Amino acid sequence: MIVPYGNVLLLAIILFLLGAVCSISRRNLLMILIGVEIMLNAAGLAFVAASLKWRLLDGQAFVLFIFAVAASEVAVGLALIVYSQRRTGSLNADQYNQMKG
Amino acid sequence: MTLYAVTFYVLAAIVVLSTLLAIIQRQVIHAVVYLIVSFFATGLLFYLLGAPFLAALEVIIYAGAIMVLFLFIVMTVRAESGEDKGEIYQWLPAVILGIISLFVGGVLIFEIPGSKTGLSTGMATPSAFGQFLFKNYWFPVEIASFLLLIGLVGALYLGRRESRKGSEDRR
Repeated sequence: MIVPYGNVLLLAIILFLLGAVCSISRRNLLMILIGVEIMLNAAGLAFVAASLKWRLLDGQAFVLFIFAVAASEVAVGLALIVYSQRRTGSLNADQYNQMKG
Repeated sequence: MTLYAVTFYVLAAIVVLSTLLAIIQRQVIHAVVYLIVSFFATGLLFYLLGAPFLAALEVIIYAGAIMVLFLFIVMTVRAESGEDKGEIYQWLPAVILGIISLFVGGVLIFEIPGSKTGLSTGMATPSAFGQFLFKNYWFPVEIASFLLLIGLVGALYLGRRESRKGSEDRR
């Protein structure tokens, strides 16, 4: 026996909320994207623990798809960040108010 | 308390502490380096929970590729342009909501049946995992590869240098 199943889920919840707090409270676009990465990682941890609990490999397959989604998301997200930094000259999310009349 | 449990708690402490240190850093580059530590420890947790192939992928993709990509972008864009001032009205509501959600989630987790049962050790070998994946999930694998291709094309399109027409009225 390693640990009770609830402890792993609690760790995943803590990690997910850390990522969510980072993503909500920061203004830097890079930190917002980092928060999203932390949240995806926490979801993967919960999937692996569930896969071990029920002795099914489906959870690990889903973690593989989470990896694929995270990789493509970070590629497009970083390209968007570089693009908007080139256009506005800032990474601060508060300064993207060009549509204000 | 077995050796597995001690390993789990040490790794969990490393993960939570390094993630917490990462999200409170002012400089993005420090946050990225702390997150590399966090993802290494998460990879070891995957190994402990019986997924050695995913542990290798976690180190290769997350700690290797994604974080190095973040490092490159942090070095490329100007560092001072995304300054967080860190006012209290900005992070205090998020922290309060996070603590409430953690409390509710913890109560919910330990109320459901089966959460007290211990996880016994197991190991899915990479060959068994690969056979399972391509036997049951071959179509989602193709979709995932297509998603990666679309991400590549989108990143190339967004990241191209504006050379010819339309470059004057953009800025």
